[in-house]
Amino acid sequence: MSSGAAEIVFDHVTKRYSGRDAAALSELSLDIPAGTFCVLVGPSGGGKTTALKLVNRLISFDEGDIRIDGRSILELSTVELRRGIGYVIQNVGLFPHLTIGENVGTVPKLLGWDKKRIQARTAELLELVGLEEGDAKRYPAQLSGGQRQRVGLARALAADPPVLLMDEPFGALDPITRHRLQQELRRLHKEVAKTVIFVTHDIDEAILMGDRIAILRNGGVLAQYDTPDAILAHPADDFVAEFIGEDRALRRLALHQLGDLELEPLPAASNNLLQASARSTVRNAVSLMLDAGTDSLVVAGDDGNPIGVLPLALATKLLQS
Amino acid sequence: MIASNGPVIPNFGQASSCVLANRTFCWDWARAHWHDTLWPALEQHIELTAIAVGIGFAISFALMFLAHRFNRVVQPIGIVSALLYTVPSLALFQLLVPFTGVTTTTVEVALVAYTLVILFPNMLDGLRSAPPEVLDAARGMGLTRSQILWRVEIPLAVPAIVSGLRIAVISTISIATIAATLLPKGLGYPIFFALQDPQPFKTEIYAAGALAIGLALACDGALVVTRRLLAPWAVRSQS
Amino acid sequence: MIVADSFHPGTFVDALRFIGNHPTFLAHKAAEQMELTLAALAIAMLIALPVGIVLGHRHRGANLAIGASIIGRALPSVVLIGAFLTVLGIGFVNNMVALAVLATGPLLTNAYLAIEGVDRDVVEAARGMGMSGAQVLRLVELPLGLPLLFTGIRIAAVTVVATAPIAAVAGGGGLGDVIVNQASYRLSGVLGAAICVMALSAGVWLALLALQRALTPSGIRVGRVPTVGKLVKEEQ
Repeated sequence: MSSGAAEIVFDHVTKRYSGRDAAALSELSLDIPAGTFCVLVGPSGGGKTTALKLVNRLISFDEGDIRIDGRSILELSTVELRRGIGYVIQNVGLFPHLTIGENVGTVPKLLGWDKKRIQARTAELLELVGLEEGDAKRYPAQLSGGQRQRVGLARALAADPPVLLMDEPFGALDPITRHRLQQELRRLHKEVAKTVIFVTHDIDEAILMGDRIAILRNGGVLAQYDTPDAILAHPADDFVAEFIGEDRALRRLALHQLGDLELEPLPAASNNLLQASARSTVRNAVSLMLDAGTDSLVVAGDDGNPIGVLPLALATKLLQS
Repeated sequence: MIASNGPVIPNFGQASSCVLANRTFCWDWARAHWHDTLWPALEQHIELTAIAVGIGFAISFALMFLAHRFNRVVQPIGIVSALLYTVPSLALFQLLVPFTGVTTTTVEVALVAYTLVILFPNMLDGLRSAPPEVLDAARGMGLTRSQILWRVEIPLAVPAIVSGLRIAVISTISIATIAATLLPKGLGYPIFFALQDPQPFKTEIYAAGALAIGLALACDGALVVTRRLLAPWAVRSQS
Repeated sequence: MIVADSFHPGTFVDALRFIGNHPTFLAHKAAEQMELTLAALAIAMLIALPVGIVLGHRHRGANLAIGASIIGRALPSVVLIGAFLTVLGIGFVNNMVALAVLATGPLLTNAYLAIEGVDRDVVEAARGMGMSGAQVLRLVELPLGLPLLFTGIRIAAVTVVATAPIAAVAGGGGLGDVIVNQASYRLSGVLGAAICVMALSAGVWLALLALQRALTPSGIRVGRVPTVGKLVKEEQ
């Protein structure tokens, strides 16, 4: 169903707001390969939302260039550009006077699709984001916050844009709903393979969601741009180290699932040993071991049968890599 | 109906050439008739307005307490207000005549009614504008219901109350000009009087009109200053 | 306050009898008044609505748009009618212009606030998905601003209906002719006409309220109860 993703390049982009001395964004350069889930994270005042809105030209930049698949975004009209970019914001911004179905079908309608096609696409998308067919006839005011954000996502995906911009989309949701939507967005991203730029101030969310993370500091200066694992292993400077927290080793362990590791073979007698699922993270496994006072743990596969043993030392070794 | 015992009309026999030609504005006439026509009308107008707004404010304030205490009176008061709102002032003055006669009381009753329509909803909105978390915090600090009302809700309502007063004062000044259809009182009277003539005397219309508009703008300015003094935290204009 | 002295409940009976006895005359006068009202309202809408909508869409000119109704309120109808009469002469045009000026304030202010006040997130989402300025206005801002826009029209309409009788003092005709001419029609005629004016005004108010309800997109109506207080917050 995907029309593919697009590569996005920030090339020394600088933005200054009139009336303010400090730049909101200073010479930002990022290469975001097609299909990457890129998270912009940083403290408020780091210019991450500014950077995001430059891409669909809701804000204009002063210097540098932004290219999508090699083409400068300045070459297109704003309308043309934006039709090819899905946009999701924290407060969703659903049109309260339109039904859910009409909200999702807005861009296809602007693009002149026929009724049948719009209807089919809407149904497909609602299912994709986990809403029911009957929801299409309801109004935004009748939905919960989480449901509304699902609609926002469906609406952004409607015309199958290669790029998706998300500005703190889960910021206003309760932790449980947020967690569920985070998981689903990860799954969805694997399914539809878009280039996503996702803004958040929550480092946990960044680590959970991102293929790559760009950490911005005050004044819109790029502090580090790398994979979550690399950032946690080698923070570029004290600012990044402080921002990702002193428990970064544990956060790093949380990136690894037990099933992905080279486990040691099962010992002959393994009855009394601690057990954890292969889908659990190394972080959880270490926690269990510390709690029980043991130094190894049996990993069980999806069927419940043990597949190997994780010694505590393996976790330590993992962090040295 | 225009009452007949009005102030001095321009005496064309001994008037200046400006008055005789009915030019746009004759300062000499305005100066000569300030004391017998314009000033009395202005004074009456201020009196009509002040009494109406004063009584209207007192009643609205009382109604506000009632509505605060008993929520279900809001709806009936609102409906009565909405109905009253659609009654044209010209008609209301006449409709009150069978009850209170062709008197100042009739004029005041009508004017008070219009101020209520404006003041009460504004006051109630103001009283309800206190954010729920602020009220929770006040309750959490152990303030009693009446303490919350007087120390939190009413102070926070001040900007809305003054905004309501601004509208009420300006409207009352405007509507009071129509009282001249009933009584020879206020700034409307010189205007109606001039309009009786097939060739309406321009200076009189402009002078009285300017005084009415000036009075309204002056009162509005004074209330804006008052609000700034009473509620320095409310920076943005609410009107 | 000498209520008892001047209270004649019979006067109202006489007034109703007057209405019963002169239905065509009063209908003719009412029609005259409605003609003036509609003309004034149409002119005011033609000028004020586009200006208010464009200012609101651009988020510009707040002072002008809001100041319009403050100044509008400060201009007594009598003064306007009198002043325009000296320029335009007695008759329909003078009264129409004066009433149109009165209607401009609430129309302009409400049109501005209606469009300007549309949720910024919704507008940003609309722009973000590639709507042009005109599409944002037509597909998002106007439908969402419609209730408030209509409130302005309703206030303006009632203001004009309620003020139109005053135009009688400047040759405007209509029911005001009867109200300001007690010498010819006696108190019963004056009261009868006043009752008609009141009914006309209430009728216009209710009709526009019903029209507004019918035009409001149902998504906005869901889960929102307008308070009566809001409806009467503006004045005539």
